[in-house]
Amino acid sequence: MEPHYPLFYVFHFYLFGVIALASAVAFVTRKSPVAAALWLVNTMFSLAALYVMLDAQFIGVMQVLVYAGAIMVVFLFVVMLLNLGHPSELAAARSLGWRLAAGLVGLGLLSEIMIIIRAKLPEQLIVPRDFNEQQLEKLNAVGTVAAPLFKDYLLAFELTSVLLLVAIAGAVILGRGRTVRAR
Amino acid sequence: MLAESLALTAALFIIGVIGVLVHRNAIIIFMCVELMLTAVSLTFVAFSRFYGTAGQVFVVFAMTVSAAEAAVGLAIIIAIFRHRRTINLQDINLLKG
Repeated sequence: MEPHYPLFYVFHFYLFGVIALASAVAFVTRKSPVAAALWLVNTMFSLAALYVMLDAQFIGVMQVLVYAGAIMVVFLFVVMLLNLGHPSELAAARSLGWRLAAGLVGLGLLSEIMIIIRAKLPEQLIVPRDFNEQQLEKLNAVGTVAAPLFKDYLLAFELTSVLLLVAIAGAVILGRGRTVRAR
Repeated sequence: MLAESLALTAALFIIGVIGVLVHRNAIIIFMCVELMLTAVSLTFVAFSRFYGTAGQVFVVFAMTVSAAEAAVGLAIIIAIFRHRRTINLQDINLLKG
């Protein structure tokens, strides 16, 4: 089913996977929101590298631009705005019993997902081995995403713009203070 | 590489879940939710490698949703901070029975 991969590819795949995992662990153990955000950016970058290795070059670029660039900057903006950058008692984690319970929930979920991903995948759905290369050659990296986006999923794409509009309006209404209304 | 990607997705998702449960800072909890969303995007990309490229379109949608969610969620956090002067989720218990 899976094609044979050269050692160079496998090594870098595991390298970026380990970087992503280690950064995620470092992210979740930080007390300071700024340090956590920067570790999360590191995770996003490694995931972008994995996307490129999985033949999704455009998605990898979007990952860097949208997640590491835009979303994390918004998070850091809010941290700066609310002056929360210093680790305080406010940023402390929950009690030990709560942490143990969280670990147990995590272990249970992890074993559940690990069992699910062992499921047999339907062989008839698997595309031919050089399908992605053909798509890339025919439509190039952007067209591979854009062609189905503007043909098969056009309605969903248009609805996404409505979602973004609602999100912008909601953020403005929630974010503005009472001072605006008083004017 | 499909099995490795799925295992990595599961691990990242669980790290996000544990972060949501353990932390009390609303902003860090929010970042954990973002980590979970990104982890699931890796599943879409990995499957698109073997089951056709349509999975990448879903990653674009997931990214849009997570951007919208970040905007609204951070606006809510700012509004809560303006009223209560805290973002510690244990102090925000007005709806607790």
